[in-house]
Amino acid sequence: MSEDVLKAIIDKESEANEAVKHRIGVCTAAGCLSSGAAAVKESFNRAIKEAGLSESVRVFGTGCLGLCDAGPLVQVETREDGHVCACLYNSLTAELASQVVSQHLLKGEPVESLLCSEENPFFQQQQKVVLENSGKIDPERIEDYIAVGGYSALQKVVTEMTPQGVIREINISGLRGRGGGGYPTGLKWSTVAKSKGSRKYVICNADEGDPGAFMDRSVLEGDPHRVLEGMAVAAFAVGAEFGYIYVRGEYPLAISRLKTAIRQAERQQLLGNRIFDSEFNFRVDLRIGAGAFVCGEETALIASIEGKRGSPRPRPPYPAVKGLWSYPTLLNNVETYASVPPVILKGGNWYASIGTQKSKGTKVFALAGKIKNTGLIEVPMGVPLRKIIFEIGGGIPDGRKFKAAQTGGPSGGCIPAEHLDLPVDYESLSKVGSIMGSGGLIIMDETSCMVDVARFFMEFCMDESCGKCVPCRAGTVQMHGLLKKITEGSATTNDLAQLEQLCELLKHTSLCGLGQTAPNPVISTLRYFRDEYLAHIVEKRCPANVCKIRATPAATVEEVHA
Amino acid sequence: MNTKVAALPHPSGDKRFKMLDAALKRCQFQPDSLLEVLHTAQELFGYLEDDLLIYVGRSLRVPLSRVYGVATFYNFFSLKPKGEHTCVVCLGTACYVKGTAEILESIENTHGIRPGETTADGKLSLMTARCLGACGLAPAVVFDGEVTGKLGSQAVLDRMKGWRTSV
Repeated sequence: MSEDVLKAIIDKESEANEAVKHRIGVCTAAGCLSSGAAAVKESFNRAIKEAGLSESVRVFGTGCLGLCDAGPLVQVETREDGHVCACLYNSLTAELASQVVSQHLLKGEPVESLLCSEENPFFQQQQKVVLENSGKIDPERIEDYIAVGGYSALQKVVTEMTPQGVIREINISGLRGRGGGGYPTGLKWSTVAKSKGSRKYVICNADEGDPGAFMDRSVLEGDPHRVLEGMAVAAFAVGAEFGYIYVRGEYPLAISRLKTAIRQAERQQLLGNRIFDSEFNFRVDLRIGAGAFVCGEETALIASIEGKRGSPRPRPPYPAVKGLWSYPTLLNNVETYASVPPVILKGGNWYASIGTQKSKGTKVFALAGKIKNTGLIEVPMGVPLRKIIFEIGGGIPDGRKFKAAQTGGPSGGCIPAEHLDLPVDYESLSKVGSIMGSGGLIIMDETSCMVDVARFFMEFCMDESCGKCVPCRAGTVQMHGLLKKITEGSATTNDLAQLEQLCELLKHTSLCGLGQTAPNPVISTLRYFRDEYLAHIVEKRCPANVCKIRATPAATVEEVHA
Repeated sequence: MNTKVAALPHPSGDKRFKMLDAALKRCQFQPDSLLEVLHTAQELFGYLEDDLLIYVGRSLRVPLSRVYGVATFYNFFSLKPKGEHTCVVCLGTACYVKGTAEILESIENTHGIRPGETTADGKLSLMTARCLGACGLAPAVVFDGEVTGKLGSQAVLDRMKGWRTSV
């Protein structure tokens, strides 16, 4: 692939775009597909054919449009006298789709009653960097991605920059690992670049295991080429020639789109040998996970790629020095790689101008739980939690009261109402006992019992513990037992003391991140909602009315613990 | 000797083994492709029975202990046959907060099986998932591979009517 070919595709695409009057993007991300987007797309195609508009209308599937709750979402872009206006329809059905065709496309009158207001703060308050193409392009066509500037970052890197220059730019940008840890990306890249090895690997961690998080899935489904491009840039910077994407087996759509993307990129010679006629070679292969949460941990993920049980090993040596097949390996998360192309194109300083002093850029969150606007959002780092929940998220439905926001999944913690004005960045979140995590943000209202939530996460960690180290294997079982006792109303204050002891034990003695962070949900709920624990233990009642407390006569309890 | 075993067709003459052989060949019989091959095997046969694990182990020259270790480590692999119909209840946080525990309980009570089990008539397998990534549809339940969201307990039970004649 030479530069001219890239440009030729861009020209051809923009010509084709100008030839059509309407572009209809039907969201075909997992959420909307489950609400019937495929039938809607089919219906659009049929109605347009019947109306004889096939020449002037293009119907295509896009990535996530954000507001998953109101799916299927459809974006209609109309080109008139050189400018483009866009309308977003929500909750469409096959019948309503033909109505949109007859009214909007034929008569030029958008169907007001079906429109989703663009003034909705959900759309207004976001700043899209990683998700900039999601919803605009067809993820199954490489031409669409190239037309919006795709692969030009790779071209710039390969033809104009040195590996050191690329790492310098990433350092300037202040980009930090988006998988949850927040390790400076530039530092990681330079460590791998400096490590000696006859070959090196680049791995993309797409094993998004946190329950309640679907950011990576949406990026992979909506803009897979962006991840490939980010990986290729990283490979150039660290000197790797081979990459793996380790993707969850639970995401069949993401897997198929990635396969398509890799095939297309290879055909255009954007992956393979002598990329942009340079000395740089890079290939990518997929590895499909098989449903083990612990494989999100880097050493366990590497073991899994090697075809073994996904058990972590002690670090150091870190994968940057000794990783896949004992070669230096760069391991980053999907969102981190997806942030790379704009950093290269617009410069590290531009990226660093977004966000807070220590947390730069934007972050994608999956907003779910008891909130009006469930879906995917991208905001600059440092935005107050209140704004995310009450402006973008639209607040709590059914007139209920906000109780807590849960971040970081089973490794994270809960943030209570008193900290609603907290800016969302790595430092502030850890100050209040939670973590940024990969970006799952679950909102809970007063009908959620915090003890039950803690028990839920502990059950998760207990099931997902790989069993290699004792503190995690046995500790999670004990902690779950104690939490279960509390939710059943049969625990004593001694049990609570033991629970707290175990929290410390697991935190300090477990082998990998799973065990070390497993107590976090308990620690943070104890910190802010201790009264709820005590209500279960002393008063034998569940304030949120969730737990089924067995009416045990007090005497029996005493007998048991006498 | 070992390589010869791998090249021999499976004595049962089952055509699915031919497809499995093709997958093995694609991976060039590399021991590290164990997970890939097990994925393919499960796709072809529905579940991983002992005979299949032995066959895969021999072909890749991986000890059976390791094959078994890997097959039991990952939740995705099933060593028991699945029922005619499957129902997967998502227990991700968003779904949990919106009440999938109740849905699960009602299925358990109605059909008398726990997650991971199949009814005695072999009609229904009940499973749980740790997050389908369809949090926008919470609570999400998958009926025979079709993700459906925002259903209550009764609606879920209604969807499964007709799967079993006796219930």
